Amino acid sequence: MSQDFTARAASKWMEASGPDGDVVISSRVRLARNLSGVPFPHGMGPDEASKVLAAVKSAVAEINRDNPLPLSVLSLDDLEPVARQVLVEKHLVSPQHAAGGASRAVVLREDEAVSIMVNEEDHLRIQCLFPGLQVAEAWRLASRIDDGLESRMDYAFEEGHGYLTACPTNVGTGLRASVMVHLPALVMTNQAGRILSAITKFGLLVRGLYGEGTEASGNLFQVSNQVTLGQSEEEIIANLEAVARQIIDQERQTRSALARDMGDQLADRVWRAMGAVSNARIVTSQEAMQLLSDVRLGASMGILSGVDQRVLNELMVTTRPGFLQQLAGKELSPGERDLRRAEILRESFPNRP
Amino acid sequence: MLCQECRKRAATVHVTQVVNQTKTEKHLCSECARQMGEFEFALSPSFNINSLLASMFNLEPQLAAGSRLRCENCGLTFPEFGKAGRLGCSQCYAEFRPRLEPLLRRVHGASVHTGKVPSRTGGAVRAKKEIEDLRRQLAQAVQAEEFERAARLRDEIRSKETQLT
Repeated sequence: MSQDFTARAASKWMEASGPDGDVVISSRVRLARNLSGVPFPHGMGPDEASKVLAAVKSAVAEINRDNPLPLSVLSLDDLEPVARQVLVEKHLVSPQHAAGGASRAVVLREDEAVSIMVNEEDHLRIQCLFPGLQVAEAWRLASRIDDGLESRMDYAFEEGHGYLTACPTNVGTGLRASVMVHLPALVMTNQAGRILSAITKFGLLVRGLYGEGTEASGNLFQVSNQVTLGQSEEEIIANLEAVARQIIDQERQTRSALARDMGDQLADRVWRAMGAVSNARIVTSQEAMQLLSDVRLGASMGILSGVDQRVLNELMVTTRPGFLQQLAGKELSPGERDLRRAEILRESFPNRP
Repeated sequence: MLCQECRKRAATVHVTQVVNQTKTEKHLCSECARQMGEFEFALSPSFNINSLLASMFNLEPQLAAGSRLRCENCGLTFPEFGKAGRLGCSQCYAEFRPRLEPLLRRVHGASVHTGKVPSRTGGAVRAKKEIEDLRRQLAQAVQAEEFERAARLRDEIRSKETQLT
């Protein structure tokens, strides 16, 4: 793999729509792991950092020998800044990791369902992404990759504390499982805040995606487990899934209620968004998220037909600033980006007669 | 405006309290506001989970102050951990164990791992876990008077225990 990931907007794993895809966009599992006998990344020298990377490279080479979907290792310092931003926008690496530095790397599977950050806050951050509500599936894949790496490297593990991590908030399972949910109906009816704050009582964390602070842009929220110690991986996943099902139910019920009581207003809102994406000349990133949210809602409720969910997933990435610039092959001012963004939206939703 | 408390520094924290329909206003400098415990605003833009952790840790002055604890492996001191919110190396967990326990319980509600055990690194641990599991099954079998199964389980436990030592 050269640098395919910058050319393709949607990761291949996003192409299929997953179970409960009308509400859940994606499921993600992240495992934090460290090698024994090496200080944690923030306290290690360049020699140790390159030793970790070398160990990962040789383990990956071995894993690839009998693996139909090979993994490739990319050093962040070798990538252009815009390419790194694309990695962040596709949720493959964290913004901190994208800043680069000694022996920071990312291991990617070709379909981008697997990405491993090397020398981020921990030596290894194994991440698996699946479309729709498939947290258990994501955990199984992450665990298998974890096994493959662990059979070739010595992990820092202790009976009482489990997998040892740089920050004690991750110690134990090192597992952070999350689902990205689209909740336009709950937001519209001012119920999102109440429901999402109730969720925190179950040891789960909610945050708005892409938004500033708690303000969610595009009605997208990420729900994840907070506790990593004292519960087994299966318990953590089951808890998250159960709560996710509740959220899905609430959102669906609210959507039906809206369709029943305010059908005309809802249709108007959706069609206005459709009008904007297929005609507007200037669209800010924030506005694009809102419009795409309305179109997504319309498509999943049958108000709009012929809108491919894949196109919507793709646009969530292509309308981000980094990807716009990657596509243009040069840096763009915010004003230029808004023009390009509108152009891309119009191409994706050609005007219907 | 000067701080009402110290009357030296400029007042930057303005507190309005309404208690039983009586409004009181206080104008304090950030120093006095902190000392009076009025507010601890997370004003720093670099707010993150590590500094949150660090602030939780600072709530326990007995740990923060006198501690001369230092990790023998990486040289990190416990107060340094308190500031950064991150440990220096895997050995830190063993070195700081007694001091970490209350923190872990506060963050996770537990301080003992019950999840996955790596097959290679955690060899002995994994075996011990398996034995515990078998013992539980054995107890169930005895309870249910399934003595054949109990005997089988007992043998399995014995052979695993000899492997371990």
